[in-house]
Order: sequence, then structure tokens, then C-alpha cells
Amino acid sequence: MTDAVIHILLTLLMPPLLLGIIGKTKALFAGRVGAPILQPYYDLAKLLRKGSVFSDTTTWVFQAGPVVTLAATLTASFLIPLGEHRAPLSFSGDMVLFAYLFGLARFCTTAAALDTGSSFEGMGAAREATFACLAEPALFFSLAVLARLSGSLSLTPMLTGTVATSWLNSGASILLLGGSLFIVLLVENCRVPFDDPTTHLELTMIHEVMVLDHSGPLFGVILYGAAVKLFVLGALFTDIALPYATGITLVDWGLFIVAMLMLAIGIGVVESVMARLRIVKVPQMLAAACILAAFSLLLVLR
Amino acid sequence: MTRTFSLTRLRNGEAVAVADVASLPPVQFLQDIIDATDRGWRVASFFGVPTAAGATLWCVMATPAEGLLGIMRTEVEASFPSISRLVPQVHLFEREIAEQCGIIPDDHPWLKPVRFHRCFVPDRDAWGRRQADGIVVGAMEYFRVEGDEVHEVAVGPVHAGIIEPGHFRFQCHGEEVFHLEISLGYQHRGIEQHLLGGPHPTTLFQMETIAGDTTIGHTQAYAMAMEALSGTVPSARAEILRCIALELERLANHTGDLGALAGDVAYLPTASFCGRIRGDFLNMTALLCGSRFGRGLARPGGTGFDLDARQAGELLERLAAARADLENAVNLLWETQSVMARFEGTGQVARETAREIGLVGPSARACGIDRDVRRDHPFGIYGVNPVAVAMEENGDVCARAHVRWREAEASLSFIEEQLRQLPDGPVMTDPGPPAGGMVAVALTEGWRGEICHVAITDDAGRFARYKVVDPSFHNWTGLALALRNQQISDFPLCNKSFNLSYCGFDL
Repeated sequence: MTDAVIHILLTLLMPPLLLGIIGKTKALFAGRVGAPILQPYYDLAKLLRKGSVFSDTTTWVFQAGPVVTLAATLTASFLIPLGEHRAPLSFSGDMVLFAYLFGLARFCTTAAALDTGSSFEGMGAAREATFACLAEPALFFSLAVLARLSGSLSLTPMLTGTVATSWLNSGASILLLGGSLFIVLLVENCRVPFDDPTTHLELTMIHEVMVLDHSGPLFGVILYGAAVKLFVLGALFTDIALPYATGITLVDWGLFIVAMLMLAIGIGVVESVMARLRIVKVPQMLAAACILAAFSLLLVLR
Repeated sequence: MTRTFSLTRLRNGEAVAVADVASLPPVQFLQDIIDATDRGWRVASFFGVPTAAGATLWCVMATPAEGLLGIMRTEVEASFPSISRLVPQVHLFEREIAEQCGIIPDDHPWLKPVRFHRCFVPDRDAWGRRQADGIVVGAMEYFRVEGDEVHEVAVGPVHAGIIEPGHFRFQCHGEEVFHLEISLGYQHRGIEQHLLGGPHPTTLFQMETIAGDTTIGHTQAYAMAMEALSGTVPSARAEILRCIALELERLANHTGDLGALAGDVAYLPTASFCGRIRGDFLNMTALLCGSRFGRGLARPGGTGFDLDARQAGELLERLAAARADLENAVNLLWETQSVMARFEGTGQVARETAREIGLVGPSARACGIDRDVRRDHPFGIYGVNPVAVAMEENGDVCARAHVRWREAEASLSFIEEQLRQLPDGPVMTDPGPPAGGMVAVALTEGWRGEICHVAITDDAGRFARYKVVDPSFHNWTGLALALRNQQISDFPLCNKSFNLSYCGFDL
């Protein structure tokens, strides 16, 4: 019960912190002081207090998009174990639901973007849909590997307990899997080198351009939803990359938080040391992620 | 001996009597432009002065051979044959003539207004728009590619970032750009109209703000034109100070551009460092004259400010520090593979294309065209102390970035050398009033490329016409062509690699 409460509180409160840490890391690399670590919280508070502007050409789809997206992402967060703690919700086959909740979120975001009728947003929606098609196989191959190693189709047994021993027994496979999931993590969360969350150049955007017309509280919901998504997929990655546990509940929660903060710093470092890929190269990179995960699956099937 | 056709020869920064300028029949005038461009000449400026019957067309041409400039004129009435199909580099000049003088270049392939303003002569309009109707900037037909799978993306004039206004129409097939049309004019302030009857007390300030980031480039050209008209020779010290300021302006902008290019591919370290170092160079200009953008420095007759020994010493120290910082920041770019993968092969302009459309400045040199006013038509101190001309072959974003970096290096060395051998003397020679009935041509190499000012005075010594050509006027077409068959997502990067001026174009 305590675990479930901590799980929910962390999921609700921690995501913007990750964005703050990424921002701070990038600032340090660039030789700047940077915005305060808590800036994303201030931004959300500011947006929630604002009014919204809706274009005459939009319908209810435009307003429903962000809400459904956040709801789907939060639901997915109940299925993922954080560190070595069981997820509040777990059943056989929940990994499929997990993957397609993100699919639902994406559908609603792109539908809301198309609803505006703007050529930019249409362009962003087309890019998002294309890249998502290529990222999905990588995610499913990875989940299949974990299912095979743990002998279960539920995320909690897949990601708790057995990962540490899997590192010892089939390390190569887990290594390939980790690489693939890290690429999926970056592309799903629109991070460099696949997308640039800080750009103001509308023609180069992928995710940002789809939400250009949103404002006020709904835009806050979008930003918050994106942070939660980063948190959830980040948890999936850290569960595999750092499966260490002491068995003492509170210490393990501490370990999980440290792991997430390290991941945020890691993303910040990646964003600082490399440029964005040319958009035509993104599918190639995603295909590479699929191949990594596929080889990982081959290794465990043999 | 270079063939000069019917052109009246003159040197950069020289004035000749209007009566001495070759006045040709229209057909021979146009044929001479065609022939001269075939033999390596280039159109530096081509403009009209409205007359009662139609307009007097003036053409200033340049050739690197012997550092020659040539000028000629002709009288035309309501229309003249367009030569844009044969000499693509005049296509915008012809549109500009149509808009300013209300006469029509017959058979122009794409006759649209350039800046969407009223004709200089009331009641005349090349498009038959009535005086009572308002003119909406950009409201005109755009080039369209037909087809089910072709879509149009319109960007601007209001952009997501804080930049100048311009409208861009892309004809796309998926992510690929078939055609880009650029429509400007949103910044039109009527500078050339205001200059008629000048020089006014405000003229110098208007020159400083033709393009705010090229203050020195334009004021230097204005100063040269005024000195030529009044027969003033500025002191060597003043000439050197102006050239130092011109190179500082180049350094600041090239540094800013290199940082912005890094920023556009989301490569943070260089973007942030260059942003700061650009400020260092701007502050050095402020050390010279108290203004970060060089306002009030270059003036007809010399400079508004002098540099004492202590300031020169401080400038040298700051330069050395900035050079070290800049080298570090920029070398990160060349060493980062992911950055090079974005730069290389993006937005290529073929050398032949660049020659045909008459590109100038770093954009031309990046295509392997050896063209630099500082060497070809030396002015100021460059005749005695030449600057190395940086060239690249590929004509892509990488080449344009690399040319900028090598020019920045050359500028650093040039400034250091000049500061060490600064001669004594006054910095201001009082210029007399401009002579009447003269035409003066002044070319400078601003950081974007060739700036051309042509001043024509009436009998009283007032401006009958003052023509300004910013390098952006030549180069916007280059950007449009660089985008052909490129990814639309690479547009911002290509745009930044040219970094053209909107207000310099719009005047």
C-alpha cells in the first residue's frame, strides 16, 4: 500500500523535475547558468493560470487531444514498476496495453493537430506518425525479449527480480535491448538527436509543431503529459539498465530516484554533445533500433 | 586590356560628370549588358531615374580584371525589352525598375512587385493599380506547382522566432521542396525616396540603419560616395579606422552566424559560446565609437571618433582573448561528426548557377567564385594591405560556414596588423559640398558581400537619385535555388547559412 502511494505521488510530482535537470545539464555544458531546476513547475503553474485561445476552425477534437493524451499516459504509468517495486496495476498481457496506451495518446495528439487544418501541424503529424510506426517494432521486440527471459507477459514480473540475473545469464542480449530502448526513449520523447524540444524553427519541428496552436491550461496539460511520458519510459529504461535492489523499501525508492536523475543527466549530456539528425536519417536510426532489439530476441530464442 | 564595351570606365570610389557617361540607344544598352556579362562582367547596380517620358536607366557593371567598373545609361519610354531570360542576375533589378519608375520590362518571366510600394511618380503603376486602392504587401499571385501530391507550405511574415518579417512559399512533395518563392517588402521604409534632394541632415542616420547589422558597410560606402563627389581625401588614419571597424563588424556577424548555424542543428556548446563571443566583438566596436553597432563612426571625410594608444592596446588584448575563445568554439563544430553530417551536402548551389544569378560575398565564395571587393576593387586601406580571400568549392552549408570562419581568421590578423602600425594624423577632413552634375560609384565589401552605392547629383549638387544595393538583393535568389530538391526541414539551416537582410533588401 505504501509502495502504491509512493508510486502515484512520484509519478505525479517528479516528471517536471527531470526536464529541469536536463535543462540544467545542457546549460552547464554550454557554459551558462541556466534556468532554475524547478523552472518546469513554474511554467506549468503559469500556464494553468492563463486563458486559452481557440481557433474558429477547430472542433472538440482539438480540445480533447491533450486531455486524452494525459489520461492515457497516466494510465500507462500505473502499469510500469518503478525500480524493484511492483506496479499498482498488473495483469497478464498488460505490456500490450502499455504500448497501445501510448498509441492512443499519439492518435489523439495527431488528430488534434490535423483538426487545426494548418499545413505545419499536418506536416508535424505526418512526421510523428511515420516515426512512431518505426519505433513500435523496436519496443515490441524489446518487450518480447523481456517476456522470454522472465516467462511472463506482465510488466511487473518482466521488470522486477529477474533483470539482474538476466544481466549475468544473457548480458549481450540485455545490452542490445538497452541500446534499442534508449533510442526509443529519445524518439518517443522528442529529444535530440531526433527532435529539438527547444527549437523555434517551425519547419524542423516534429512534436512541437503539432501543439503550436494550443495555449494556456491545455498547453500546460500537453507539457505535463510529455514530462510524464518521459518519466514512464525513463522508468522502463532504468528498470533494465540499473536493476540493483537492496531489499529495504525506502532505500530502493531512493535508488530509483537517483537512477532517474542520472538518466536525466545522461539525456542532457547526449543533447549537449551531438547535433540533431537530418530528418531523413531518423527512420534509418529507428530501423537500427529495431535491428538491435531483433538481434537481442534472436540471442534469447536460440 | 579588358574590353569595356560602351561602358564609361571608372574606379571604385570615383566620380565622373554625368555628361561624360555614355548615353546609348536602349537596344545597344541592353545588348552591352548581355555581351559584358558573357565576358565576365557583373551587374553591380541597375536602376531607373523617372523622367517625364519614362525613365533613364543606369547600369553599373564590375569586372575583377584591372579592378574596373563601368557605367552607362539609356533613355526609355513606357517599356523596354526584358533581358532577364538571357541575364538572370538582372531579374530583380528589372522588377525594381518596374515598381519604382512605373515602366514595364516586356516579356519579364515573373513580373511582380519587389517591395509593394507606390511608384516614385504619382499616377504611374506598372500593374495598373489605382492610386485610391491600398497596396497590401505580398498580395499577389505566387508560383504554384500543380498536382494531387504537391502541397503548399506558407511561412511568415510572422515567425515563431524573433526575426525580421518575410514570406516564404514552399511547393512540396512530401518533405521535399520543389520550389521556394520568397516575397519581401514588409520592412520597406522608403529610404531611396527620402534620399531624393539630399543630402539631408538625416541622411547619415538613414545610411546607418539601411541594415542595422551592416552599419559600417553602408556608412563607409556612403562616405566614399560623398568624398568622391566633393573631392575629399580622408587621412590614412581615418581610412584605417574605418577598415578596422568594417572587419570588426564582419567578425561579430560571422561569429554570430557560426553560433546560429550550430543552434539550428541543436548543437549547444558552439551556439552558446559564439553568442557570447559575438558580444565581445560588438563591445570592441563600442570601444572605438561608443556604439556596439558602429553608429557614428564612419562619416564623409573620415571618422567621428579617434582611437588613443591606450584604447588600441586594450583592443589588441581583447582581440587576442576573443581569437582564442573563437578558435575553441568553432573547432568544436568541425570536430563533431553529427554537425558535419548536417552541414555537408545541404543547400548546395552550383558554381554556374551562382555565377548566373550574380551571388556576392561569402555565399559566392563558398561556391568557388573568386569575388571580393576588398581585392577586386580595393578601397580604403585594402589596396595597400590586402586581406586574404577565403574560398571553398562545394557551395553547401558547410562551405558557407567554413568561408565565414576563414574570413574571421583573416579579419583578426588584419585588425591586429593595422592596430600595430596606426599612423598619426587627424581623423576628419572637412568634406566640401558635393559637386553638381556628377555620378559617384562606391563599392564596399560588407560582411554579407558587395554593397553598392551610386549617387547622381543635379546641377545644384543635390541627389537626383541615390541608389543603394545591399548584398541581400543579389543573394535572396540564391537561397531560393539552394532549397530546390532539399528537405523542407533543412530550410532554417540553409536560411541561416546565407543569413540575408530583410531591411537591407526592403530599403
